[in-house]
Amino acid sequence: MDRSSHSRSRRLAPFVAVAAAAALTLAGCSSSSGGKKAEEGGSNASAGKADTPRMTVALVTHQSPGDTFWDIVRKGAEAAAAKDNIKLVYSADPNAGNQANLVQNAVDQKVDGIAVTLAKPDAMKGVIGKATAAGIPVVGLNSGVSDWKKLGLLEFFGQDESVAGEAFGKKLDEVGAKKAVCVIQEQGNVGLTQRCDGMKKTFSGTTETLYVNGTDMPSVKSTITAKLKQDNSIDYVVALGAPYALTAVQSVSDAGSKAKVATFDLNKQLTGAIKNGTIQFAVDQQPYLQGYLAVDSLWLYKNNGNYSGGGEQPVLTGPAFVDKSNVDQVARFAAKGTR
Amino acid sequence: MSMAQQAGPAVGKPPAPGPKQTDGRTTRRPLVLRLLARPEVGVFLGAVAVLVFFEIAAPSVRQGSSMATVLYQSSTIGIMALPVALLMIGGEFDLSAGVAVITSALTASMFSYQLTMNVWVGVIVALVVSLAVGAFNGWMVVKTGLPSFLVTLGTFLILQGVNLAVTKLVTGNVATDDISDMDGFGQAKKVFASSFDVAGVEVKITVVWWLVFAAIATWVLLRTRYGNWIFAVGGNKESARAVGVPVKFTKISLFMLVGFGAWFVGMHQLFSFNTVQSGEGVGQELIYIAAAVIGGCLLTGGYGSAIGPVFGAFMFGMVNQGIVYAGWNPDWFKAFLGVMLLGAVLINLWVQRTATRR
Repeated sequence: MDRSSHSRSRRLAPFVAVAAAAALTLAGCSSSSGGKKAEEGGSNASAGKADTPRMTVALVTHQSPGDTFWDIVRKGAEAAAAKDNIKLVYSADPNAGNQANLVQNAVDQKVDGIAVTLAKPDAMKGVIGKATAAGIPVVGLNSGVSDWKKLGLLEFFGQDESVAGEAFGKKLDEVGAKKAVCVIQEQGNVGLTQRCDGMKKTFSGTTETLYVNGTDMPSVKSTITAKLKQDNSIDYVVALGAPYALTAVQSVSDAGSKAKVATFDLNKQLTGAIKNGTIQFAVDQQPYLQGYLAVDSLWLYKNNGNYSGGGEQPVLTGPAFVDKSNVDQVARFAAKGTR
Repeated sequence: MSMAQQAGPAVGKPPAPGPKQTDGRTTRRPLVLRLLARPEVGVFLGAVAVLVFFEIAAPSVRQGSSMATVLYQSSTIGIMALPVALLMIGGEFDLSAGVAVITSALTASMFSYQLTMNVWVGVIVALVVSLAVGAFNGWMVVKTGLPSFLVTLGTFLILQGVNLAVTKLVTGNVATDDISDMDGFGQAKKVFASSFDVAGVEVKITVVWWLVFAAIATWVLLRTRYGNWIFAVGGNKESARAVGVPVKFTKISLFMLVGFGAWFVGMHQLFSFNTVQSGEGVGQELIYIAAAVIGGCLLTGGYGSAIGPVFGAFMFGMVNQGIVYAGWNPDWFKAFLGVMLLGAVLINLWVQRTATRR
């Protein structure tokens, strides 16, 4: 074969592509609608700043990478840190053992406070003991509402997933649902299962569970479609995360079903969907508030010895319902990625 | 090389009638056995078995629209399983294929959104990026001689981190912004994520693309010189080089083909769901590889077909959705999936063994 011509054309190919892209750009390929230009320059709420001595707080969660929910928690924590003159050290790992190591890492760094999620409480017991032994105050957030006291945490901020599920079930009764399918995007996640179980408890109709592969959207879409076709008496699809709810809307139309969609948790696109009525309502556990309060509480504890909930009760951040009646107010904040 | 010839273009020609001229040393084996020895036949029978099983176990599978859902799920796996299979026949494999899909979707979305461009500009930039990722994988494997397992594991981790970090850096969030109101979106959606009506059943366009790509891949593999090169570099690299096969070119281009597949599926996801979460895609690479292996491609290279992975992907989609259609206890979902796939692969293996036994 003609080696030289081959390698030349191979070397040329990327340049041709780049040139083509550049040419397209120059040829006025800008979009007349949407895009960055259409985005409003929302001004961030900036509170005053504390003049107390600089302190360091570690926030260690069980976030898996790239999940919109945890991004909002982190933003709340960052806002509190900026206001309180705190250096925030954020780290996360969905694997319980690795998360425990990250807490150990924070203890080794001798931080002034640790905020931690207890998705798998037993795995965190040992390191939390070490932190308290080292005199570092530890607070909990998001998951672990039934375990934080046992583990000796100072206070807890989050949603009781069972309570949220129960509220959701009551709401389903209110809107007249008869048969709901609860879509779990991560098989084996305790919090998600509690939501479905709580819902089952109060909802007077029937509840079914469906597992989908949360890392593959086309698969989520077709699995929900399949379920709706298998059982056409389902009149409510309950998603446990905003992106899955938006996908469920497509599944409903693919299946030619009349089912409605409701969900746990919010994001920017979801508020739009509530506005235009494709999604009925969402239960919001206010992740921004969880991150914010957890960090802020450590500042309060250090500077004034306060603790929220008096060290006895958890501080609940949810369930707050978002539906057509209040979505406009929430949407403003969701657009900035903080609600 | 004998493996390669076996998978060559001998698609079930009936034995020529007339006087047989054999000298007794080579006897032509019966047609059925010769057919069964082809790499895709075992998986074909496995897929049929799974299909028949669910037609009986799950009444709702019998509707045409259910089959459309199964085919849709299969197609999004199948489009990627094709280049992954060709790469595997060429003796390499790619662990970065799952996250590469998301990389491509993120690139297209962010490029057009941030610069407020027609979305086609983003689509083209994403293609360039995807091909570059493939070229990088291929170039590293060829240049260093390291196993592709190591090289692509590295790329897998790099892409996973880059997906997250760059998205956060650019958009301020870990998901991309909604681009559905931008110029060109409607057109692109038609190409990558539309659906059409066949006798009252809504069929997704990805199913068509999947079959078109499979036909092209089969033709390339069986009828072109490039196809022979793929078998040759996967069978024995040194002897392939000795007879003048451009080994480096073949391997790099195969990795780039996987990049092309990742781009295509990535575009489907973007135009189908409007936004992309940067953490998606992890774990999908194993499903693509599984579809190719179930489809009769050897993990060691040099043997396989392009049509086998089509049935492999179909089998995966069918089992995945069939369990839901059957309404079985969902707690057992993954266990069912594993048992059925393993069962199908065992049928596949048994057919192969029986057929090739002399």
